[in-house]
Amino acid sequence: MAEFSFTTEQQQLRAAVRKFCAESFDEPTVRRLMESDVTYDPAVWQRLGTELGVLGMSVPEADGGVGGTLVDQAVAVEEFGATLSCGPLFGTVYLAIPALVACGSGAARDELLAALVDGERTAAFAVNDSAGAFDPNVTVTAVGSGDGVVLTGTAARVVDAAAADVVLVAAKGSEGVSLYAVDCGATQRTPLVTMDLTRPQADVIFSDSPARLLAGPATAERVITHALEVGAALLAVEQIGAAQHMLDLSVDYAKSRLQFGRQIGSFQAVKHRLADMLVDLEHARSTAYHAVWALTEGSDDPALAVSIAQATCSAAFSRIAADSIQVHGGIGFTWEHQAHLYFKRAATDAALLGSAEQHRARVADLVLDSAIVDEAPRVAVGFA
Amino acid sequence: MTTAFDADQVAKIALEVVAEHDPKQVPLPEFLGACYDAGLSWVHFPEGLGGLGTSRGLQAVADAILQGAGSPVPLGLNPMGYGMAAPTVCEHAHNDELKKFFLRPLATAEDIWCQLFSEPGAGSDLAGLATSAVRDGDDWVINGQKVWTSLAHKARWGLLLARTDIDAPKHKGLTYFILDMHSPGVECRPLRQMTGQAEFNEVYITDARIPDAHRLGGVGDGWRVAMTTLMNERSALGASGSQRGAGTISEAVQLWASRPDLHTPVLRDRLTQLWLRAEAQRLTSERSRASATAGGPGPEGSIGKMVGAELNQRIYEFCMDLLGPEGILYHSYAMHGTGTGGDWRGPIQQRYLRSRANTIEGGTSEVMRNILGERVLGLPGDLRADAGMPWKDVPRG
Repeated sequence: MAEFSFTTEQQQLRAAVRKFCAESFDEPTVRRLMESDVTYDPAVWQRLGTELGVLGMSVPEADGGVGGTLVDQAVAVEEFGATLSCGPLFGTVYLAIPALVACGSGAARDELLAALVDGERTAAFAVNDSAGAFDPNVTVTAVGSGDGVVLTGTAARVVDAAAADVVLVAAKGSEGVSLYAVDCGATQRTPLVTMDLTRPQADVIFSDSPARLLAGPATAERVITHALEVGAALLAVEQIGAAQHMLDLSVDYAKSRLQFGRQIGSFQAVKHRLADMLVDLEHARSTAYHAVWALTEGSDDPALAVSIAQATCSAAFSRIAADSIQVHGGIGFTWEHQAHLYFKRAATDAALLGSAEQHRARVADLVLDSAIVDEAPRVAVGFA
Repeated sequence: MTTAFDADQVAKIALEVVAEHDPKQVPLPEFLGACYDAGLSWVHFPEGLGGLGTSRGLQAVADAILQGAGSPVPLGLNPMGYGMAAPTVCEHAHNDELKKFFLRPLATAEDIWCQLFSEPGAGSDLAGLATSAVRDGDDWVINGQKVWTSLAHKARWGLLLARTDIDAPKHKGLTYFILDMHSPGVECRPLRQMTGQAEFNEVYITDARIPDAHRLGGVGDGWRVAMTTLMNERSALGASGSQRGAGTISEAVQLWASRPDLHTPVLRDRLTQLWLRAEAQRLTSERSRASATAGGPGPEGSIGKMVGAELNQRIYEFCMDLLGPEGILYHSYAMHGTGTGGDWRGPIQQRYLRSRANTIEGGTSEVMRNILGERVLGLPGDLRADAGMPWKDVPRG
C-alpha cells in the first residue's frame, strides 16, 4: 500500500463515514449533546461500533475487529474531526483500543477489547503522559497481587472519563509500573468544566479500587508508548479533518459575504490569508498521513514521524481555527456561530499528548543534535 | 487508470539504457540521447517524443536509476529546456516532425533554451507585455525588449511571448513563438544583480524574423500556451528533494552542526521550525507525486513554489543570524557570469542575497497566493482596472 495512496475501499469508507456523521453529528446535535450530562448518544456510539465498524478498524479479526489497518482508522477519524463527532473518541478509539491491541491476550483484555470495538462499553485512558511520551512518574499505586489487586491514588484531568464504563490506568506496584483496567463504578469521579465542551474531562480518584491486570511491568511501558504514538497520530488526523472544515467554511463565507459592494474573498488581504491557511492545511495533512503510514508500515521512526505530525498539525489547526474567526469577522465571535467550537477543539487538541513546542523539541533532539558534518557550506571571509 | 508501462517496466528500460550507455563512460549527449530515445526524458510524454505515455509519477523511478548510475540531473543542464520548453513544445507545436526537431537536441542539452516573457513594463502583469510581432509573408517580425532572461547568452532557442494585436484586450492579443537566439537582430546584454553576478540578461530584439512554422498555438492564443509553460515552471521551481533533510535546509543544518560554538536555544528552535516546514513541504511534494497522473501539473504546484521561495529566504536569514559578525563579509563583487556546474551559487552570503529573487522570479509570492486563492480555493478575482479594455488604451508606466 503505497504511502499517500488511498484504496477504492478506503474512499468508500470515507464516503460512508461522512454520510453517517452528517446525519448523526449535525451542528444542533453536537450543541445539544455538549451541554448534556452525558455528552454523547450511546445508541449512536453503538451504531458506529456495530453498524459501521469504525471504532476499532485496526483491531485484528481474532480480537473481534475488522482486521483493517491504521490507515482505515485514520480515514474514519478525519471525518469524525470534521464534524466534532460526539463520543469518547479520544479515550476509547485513539488510546484505549490501541493499548489493548498491544497487550497480550488474556480474559480481561479480550472481553474489554471486544466490548469497546462494538461500542457496548467505553473507556478512558488514565495514564499520565510526558508530552505524548511514557511518563514513569505514576500517581496511582497498586497493592496486592493476582485477582486481589487494588489501586489507590488520583488521575487528574482524564479525557472522556466522566461517562466511561472503564478506565485504563497505570499504577506503580512493588515491581514497577503496570497497566490495569478498573470499572468506573469502583472509582470516584469529579467531572470538570472544560473549555471545549465536546471533549469532557474528569478527575478520577481510586481508593482500594479493584483492578484487573492488562500489562505487567515488563510490557506496560511498551504498550503505553504504542498507545500514545497511535493516539497522537490519530489526533493529528482529527486535527486536519477539523481544520479542513474550518477552511471550507471560511472560503464559503469569503465568497458570499459582501462589503464595499464586493465579495470579501476578492480582497487580497482576505484571499492571501486563506491561501496561507490552505498551505498550512496541506502541510499538516501530509505529516499526519505520513505518521499513520509510518505506524502502519514501519517506513519511518514512529516517534519522529509522530512528533513531526503533532508539531505541524497542532500549530496548523490552531492557526486555521483562529484565522477562520478573523475571516468571519464579528459573526465568528458569537456563540451561535460554530467557529468557536472548532477554535476550542484546536486549543484542546494542541495541549493533549504534547504541545507543538514539546514535539518540536523532540524533533530537535532527534534531528539536529545527531547531525553530522559532511560538507559544511562555504562562508565568505572577506577575500576571494 | 491503465498505462502502457508500470514501474517495473520503466525500471527495466532505465537499467537497459545505463547498461548500454554507461553515463560515466560515454559522452553526455550520447547518454542523454539514449535516454530520450528510450522514452525516459519525460516518461509522461508520448512514445517517440522522449516519453512512454505513462504516469508522470514514474519519472522518479527512471531518475533514481539513471542518476544512481552517474547521470547528471538534466534539469540542471538545461533548466528552461527540460522544465518549461519541453512540455510546451510537446503540447503545442504544430506537428510531430517539429516536436522531434526541437525536443531531441533539447534533451541532449546540445540546444540550451531560455524564456523571453518578462519585460521592463510587464512583470506580474505579464499579459500586458509590449514586444510586437508583425506578420510579413511567411515570417513574423519581432521588436521589443525582454528582461530577467537566464541563460540567454548560451541559448539556441527562446520561448517568446509577443503581442500580435494591440486592439484586443491584453490576454487576447498575444501569440507564442520559438525564437532562434542566433538570428540577426537578437542582442543579449548581461544584467548585473545585487549579488554582483550577472546571472540574467536583457535581450533586445530588433526586426528579428521568425518563420510562421515556429509559432506555438494559434495567433492570439499565446496566453493559453504560456500557461503550460508557467505551470511547469512553478512546478519545477517548487519540486523539493525527495530525501529528508535534502535541499537548502541541509546547508543550514550543516552550518549549525559545524559551528557548535555559535549555538543558542533560540536559534536551535528557529532551525527546528525551518526543518519542520521543509519536511512538511517535502512530504507534500511526495503526496502530490503519489497522486500525479499523466496530465500536467495543477495550480497546487504553486504551493511548492511559494513555500520553497519563502523557506529559502528564511533559511539563509537564519544562517546569517547564526554567523553574526562573521556573516557580513563577502568574497568578491568582481562581476562574473554563471556556469551550470561547480560552486557558481557561491558562499552562504551570496546565496543569502540571491534568495531575495526567489519570491519574485517565476511569479511573485503575491501572485502565487492569488493563484492559490482563485484557482484552488475558487475565490473571486480582484477588480481589474483594465478588464476588457483594448491593450493600446491601458495606462502603462
